[in-house]
Amino acid sequence: MDLNAGPEYKSFREEVIAFLKKNSHMAGKARTPVRPNQEELEWQKKLIENGYAARTIPSEYGGFGGDSDVLKSRIIAEEFSQSSIPMGMANQGISMLVPTLLELGTDEQKKSWISKTINGEVIWCQGYSEPGSGSDLASLQTKAIVDGDDFIINGQKIWTSGAQISDMMFCLVRTEPDAPKHKGISYLLIDMKTPGIEVRPLMTMTGHAEFNEVFFTDVRVPKSQIVGKRGEGWYVANATLTHERGMLGDPNQSATRLKEIIDLMQEETVNGERLIDNPVYLDRLMRLQARVLSMSFNSLRLLTASHKKLDVKMAKLIVKLNGCQLNHDLAGFAIDLLGELGTIYGRSNHDHGSGKWQWKYMFDLGLIIGGGTAQIQKNIISEAGLGMPREPKPIIEGKK
Amino acid sequence: MEFALSEEQEILSESVRKMLEDNINIDLLRNHSKGDDGIRENIRQLVIEMGLPGILIPEEYGGSGLGVLEAALIAEEFGRYAVPTPWIGNSVMAPTALLYEKGNFLSEKWLPLIASGEITACVSLTEAIGKRSNAGLKLDDSKVSGTAIFGLDGELNPRIIITVLDDNLILIDTENPGVTISEIPTIDSTRPVVEVVCEGVDFEIIPGGKDAIKKTIGVGRVLLAADILGASLNMISNAVEYSLERKQFNRVIGSFQAVKHMCAEMAADIEPCKSLLWYAAYAQDHIKEEADLLSCHVKAHLSEVGHDTARVSTQVFGGMGFTDLLGMHYWFKRIGLSRQMLGGPEKVRQEAAILQGFLS
Repeated sequence: MDLNAGPEYKSFREEVIAFLKKNSHMAGKARTPVRPNQEELEWQKKLIENGYAARTIPSEYGGFGGDSDVLKSRIIAEEFSQSSIPMGMANQGISMLVPTLLELGTDEQKKSWISKTINGEVIWCQGYSEPGSGSDLASLQTKAIVDGDDFIINGQKIWTSGAQISDMMFCLVRTEPDAPKHKGISYLLIDMKTPGIEVRPLMTMTGHAEFNEVFFTDVRVPKSQIVGKRGEGWYVANATLTHERGMLGDPNQSATRLKEIIDLMQEETVNGERLIDNPVYLDRLMRLQARVLSMSFNSLRLLTASHKKLDVKMAKLIVKLNGCQLNHDLAGFAIDLLGELGTIYGRSNHDHGSGKWQWKYMFDLGLIIGGGTAQIQKNIISEAGLGMPREPKPIIEGKK
Repeated sequence: MEFALSEEQEILSESVRKMLEDNINIDLLRNHSKGDDGIRENIRQLVIEMGLPGILIPEEYGGSGLGVLEAALIAEEFGRYAVPTPWIGNSVMAPTALLYEKGNFLSEKWLPLIASGEITACVSLTEAIGKRSNAGLKLDDSKVSGTAIFGLDGELNPRIIITVLDDNLILIDTENPGVTISEIPTIDSTRPVVEVVCEGVDFEIIPGGKDAIKKTIGVGRVLLAADILGASLNMISNAVEYSLERKQFNRVIGSFQAVKHMCAEMAADIEPCKSLLWYAAYAQDHIKEEADLLSCHVKAHLSEVGHDTARVSTQVFGGMGFTDLLGMHYWFKRIGLSRQMLGGPEKVRQEAAILQGFLS
């Protein structure tokens, strides 16, 4: 344990602070899932030029080409969050497709897509889940049949966030219907403007359509749009699922939320008493604070481990389960603090900011379910982490 | 920056674990709970041979001058094996108290004896955390009288008692007349606590006043959390192991999701506690401004997580968990005592709030 940063990092931090001071007026607001406007595209370009976005992406693919120094990445994240300035773009193309292409894409695919993706010129959505294939993702049924130089695709995807604004989709399809379920899948890059694709917004419990359903009817995709080999899509996708789970349990988000709750408790009064002076609420706050701290330190541990190639399997496996639950609990606490006012979900004179918390409380329940349900996470933790056996296949009646 | 244990720290943990693995088992713990002192003396001897009692004590006084993190890693191992030997009071809190102000004659006199294992020190700070109606010490004609309760590490005829009198830490030499030490029967037979009755006893004031009390409590809380961590990890790994052997309905019970999910939840709750503990222990020596707050958080959080782990892992064992045959209850009870010592979760969370200026 040595939590002192060396002098190199001190000067790096100063560099980041100076950059933010000089350029923050150019930064837009973090908005999703809206297509980036000109201002945001320029900000992203500037961040990449200075190594504050796409830091470790090789320069031949339009990235900054920096070393993979995890501490520097953390300093960047801390200073941007400290000055409340949005980091570079974060979307599924950048966080999931780009790492996959870097690892498994052809040189041509890397050249075609990485630069445009990190610069925000091409927006991607993810086509994995299907109505009949949620937790059992590998059972997916969207079919791709070879016809000349193309695949012809038929089927349906669900939970596709951002589909309505996306240019492209990275998608799992079944190309070998006779192979075992994990070995019959391929990973394709599909142009969303191809005829036969229909996007329908999916209204959720929040009252918004954060997701979509995407329907494919005889959609032609050139065979060259495959990443990895035919039948290897499951393994290609798994490379990115790890990235998604890391993204979903981000402890920085919990720390920010906790800070907002403390502000709320210091400002909001009931019967003339500030919420922060109520010992019952404080006890709950302290419980949550300890959980937030634990997860922040856990992420520091992961940071060092990835740098030094240490084995910290369990510390990694728990991030999605714990992080999503913690965020949900924080939002729930904020609502309880507001009491009756906490139920306001729309314009009202009595609104003290509950809309944001209610949305988070509901949306986070979605995140607990999505990206591998909490129960699937527990299976993974017990199997991969604790060495417990898989659930045996049920004996089907009449087939004894 | 490096958020990981160093190679030396890993080696220290492993060597303590190896020593305990070879010398402690459930039968010995059970015998100990019935009054057989064999294991206690054996482990104490081995601990002394490894030089552990002097872990925090500077080399000039015969110790190894290591930090709170190293002491906590040892506490984690002691919790894992439910070791019945003085540690948190004698080897950690007593030296912390005596070292708070450097170069006083009390350190020079007593620290070498603690480091060499010649004496043990018992520490009772209950009075500074929550005064009780029928306990506490009073000054009486420049001597001290009354009762100090819940003294840690008082089972081996301690030569010195460190406790509180008003706003000071005081040291009582038990060779002075008027001191009676007796065990308080708690749920935890692995780690006895004592009551110290004083009738007009001479004492010395340990310099440092309130701040020294605070620091000693803070270090003690971190160490209790470490003990809970080790005990919890042991309960989880035993529960998982048992679930892979025990069969019902023609399958190992560890293949049922109900059981797997209980274990996964325990693992998910306990894993980040390791990082929280490392940070809190490191802060005691290196990040002064965060040390008190973190000692509260780590104590409260591990008390809650350990509490759940103790209950749920016992359930994984089914009926056997409830019996004395497997002996998992020694850890269940050890966690139960640690949870309350030096302030229960609500008490320390309240302190955490006050430290941040939220309550006055």
